[in-house]
Amino acid sequence: MTAVISVSGLRKAFGRTTALDGLDLTVRAGEVHGFLGPNGAGKTTTLRILLGLLRADAGSVTLLGGDPWRDTATLHRRLAYVPGDVTLWPNLTGGEVIDLLGRLRGGLDARRRTELLDRFELDPTKKGRAYSSGNRQKVALVAALASRAELLILDEPTAGLDPLMQAVFEDCVEQERQEGRTVLLSSHILAEVEKICDRVSIIRQGRTVETGTLQELRHLTRTSITADLSQPPNGLDVLPGVHEFHAEGTRLHCQVDTDQLADVLRALSALGVRNLVCQPPTLEELFLRHYEVTA
Amino acid sequence: MNGTLQLIRLALRRDRVLLPVWLSMFVLLAVGSAAATKGMFPSTESVAAAADSMNGTPALVAVYGRIYDPSSIGALAMLKALATGAMILAVFSIIVVVRHTRSDEESGRRELIGAGVVGRHAPLAAALAVAAGANILLGLVTSLGLAGAGLPVDGSFVFGLAWISVGLAFAAIAGITAQVATSTRGAVGLAVAVLGVVFVLRAVGDTADVAGPRWLSWLSPLGWGQQFRPYAGNRWWVVLITLGFAVVAAVVAHLLAARRDLNTGLLPDRPGPATGALRGVFGLAWRLHRGSLLGWVVGFVVYGVLVGSVAGSIGDMISTPQAAELFRKLGGDNALTDAVFAAMLGFLGVIASVYGLQTAMRLHSEETELRAESLLATPVTRGRWAASHVVIALVGTAVLLVSAGLAAGAVHAAQTGDPSVVGKVLAGALVQIPAAWVLVGIAFAAYGLAPRLFVVGWSALVVFLLLGELGPMFGFDQWLMDLSPWAHLPKVPGSAVTATPLVWLLAIAAAGLITGFAGLRRRDVV
Repeated sequence: MTAVISVSGLRKAFGRTTALDGLDLTVRAGEVHGFLGPNGAGKTTTLRILLGLLRADAGSVTLLGGDPWRDTATLHRRLAYVPGDVTLWPNLTGGEVIDLLGRLRGGLDARRRTELLDRFELDPTKKGRAYSSGNRQKVALVAALASRAELLILDEPTAGLDPLMQAVFEDCVEQERQEGRTVLLSSHILAEVEKICDRVSIIRQGRTVETGTLQELRHLTRTSITADLSQPPNGLDVLPGVHEFHAEGTRLHCQVDTDQLADVLRALSALGVRNLVCQPPTLEELFLRHYEVTA
Repeated sequence: MNGTLQLIRLALRRDRVLLPVWLSMFVLLAVGSAAATKGMFPSTESVAAAADSMNGTPALVAVYGRIYDPSSIGALAMLKALATGAMILAVFSIIVVVRHTRSDEESGRRELIGAGVVGRHAPLAAALAVAAGANILLGLVTSLGLAGAGLPVDGSFVFGLAWISVGLAFAAIAGITAQVATSTRGAVGLAVAVLGVVFVLRAVGDTADVAGPRWLSWLSPLGWGQQFRPYAGNRWWVVLITLGFAVVAAVVAHLLAARRDLNTGLLPDRPGPATGALRGVFGLAWRLHRGSLLGWVVGFVVYGVLVGSVAGSIGDMISTPQAAELFRKLGGDNALTDAVFAAMLGFLGVIASVYGLQTAMRLHSEETELRAESLLATPVTRGRWAASHVVIALVGTAVLLVSAGLAAGAVHAAQTGDPSVVGKVLAGALVQIPAAWVLVGIAFAAYGLAPRLFVVGWSALVVFLLLGELGPMFGFDQWLMDLSPWAHLPKVPGSAVTATPLVWLLAIAAAGLITGFAGLRRRDVV
């Protein structure tokens, strides 16, 4: 698969603050890529560089085979963007803004526009100033999703949406994926990324700390185990790869490095397993491990 | 009212540059007028002659009001400052109040503040208090300045009180319009419309003869300002009316504020079209600017009509050599009527520059309020996006000046029965265009290099104005006064149009625009 976005060693400083400090990011054609990081990690700065709004200080950036700073207008014909903080013109209606942005991108799919307005339950006759922040976001989403762009860049698109609308959004992204479009989705909502993304890049303080499919990332993490045994789990806590061991009579809770899982399970079954709950790590756990302030 | 004091401190912190700058401008305007006029009228007879001719010219009375004591040099000297200053002060008060009420609400800052330990009425009360405090301070300093310039002390304090009164009245009116309209623009626009209406009420009332509707002036806060009659009777008691009005209007504003929800107004938002016909950024820019441009054109046409009618009767008015000298200085060594046109159109040129700056600098708010981001993520280039606003700024200033010139010329032609004067007056308006474009060019160049430099345009406007107003008074060096583009305009109508300075101004404006576009292409977009 070819890379739609490839970024390496990206640096950007605003005065004395370093926003990006050697960031790498590769997004392949046709994938939904999650771009995860806590507030202030540099997600929006990266997206703005990809859009040619900001100029990189160092590093290489290729977007759809072009340079986002030089080939801005030609590249923008092929992408649609939803900003994290959507502001509208107070006296233009949502419908007018959707159509304007659509025309600027070279045309809207009228059928899809109607369908999206319906699914997102958005009233297009309201003036910009009358929309809530969630509804402003819907205006930008409808404009982007109804375009025929091959790449969608979405900056925390569901921040203001209620759970019902988040589900609609997830559906829509799935539909985009099936139609072969590429999506770069920045978020700190882990459940959403976990549900809809093929691959994930996790960034922190302007640097990529992990990248890969969720499966690959899970190799790096621990599986959580809760078990009811026929005898007290003595001696288990000293096995390699066992962490946060808690035992209460014959009940046990612990975390196990995924590559040591086989040995631990063997030891468990030797003790007689009555009940076993084994959970793959959630992205939440991944996230916490990476972003914990480790002293 | 909880939290009002903290909000006042917040407002003063945010306005720590704006308020002192405005304050000093008003004091300069007042003291400057006093100093400038005093020397021109050496004798009581010359004062009386000038005052009588002023009062005998309805168009001037309509614009500036009456002189109530023909023997008072103070009343003559401060007539224009009283009227013009009061108008600008009203705008100033409107801006201060709306800035700390509706603007905060529109931007969402009010929500942040309202969630704290802040009473429902605190933001409005704080805004009114800041505006009132600024007006009172401004009035006091002006009074001291006028007294210091040698005018009678009691009259100087009545003058200050008149200014304060108009300022307070419009602070309270803006307090009301900020509750009624849902946007900053709407609130300011509505308050300025009120200002326009009360101006007309005063103009009609002041020009009416004894049997006519003179009482109309008493319905207008601007009329009350005049009725203080500083240096011409000093009617202190008018303050009872003005203070009473300000208090009642402020109470009404608070009652309205208590009755409405956050982020709503009293005028309901009507639904608009579900689909849009805007084709591109130029269509968008036209849509964003057309309402304001229409308002400005109406204002310029009205002013043009007024100028056209004043200029016709100017011959009757100027019966003293000193006053004639004054107009010649302003308008060049020409026939008086021409000089009046040239001076009045010069004033319009300044106002048109304000429109140009305001329109071009919409770019700055579009960028910082992140609306530009959505557009620039489409195939629209930065240059095209910026051009959509700059073109309207340039064409808009030209349209304003042409409409004022045509209106003034047509009225003058109707009075004189000579259609050829239309072209002459129009030329006077046209020569103002390059100077206004220079200001747009300066502002856009600065903004293109760095968005925070957008204030350079406004600063340049103020500096050029002060150079023109104070330069001759204080005898600045010629090179310094030549920095202002207005210093290079031919005094048209009257003298011949010389192309060289106009071509230079156009070249400077073009250089500014090129710099701006080049800078914008290179820098980060916020």
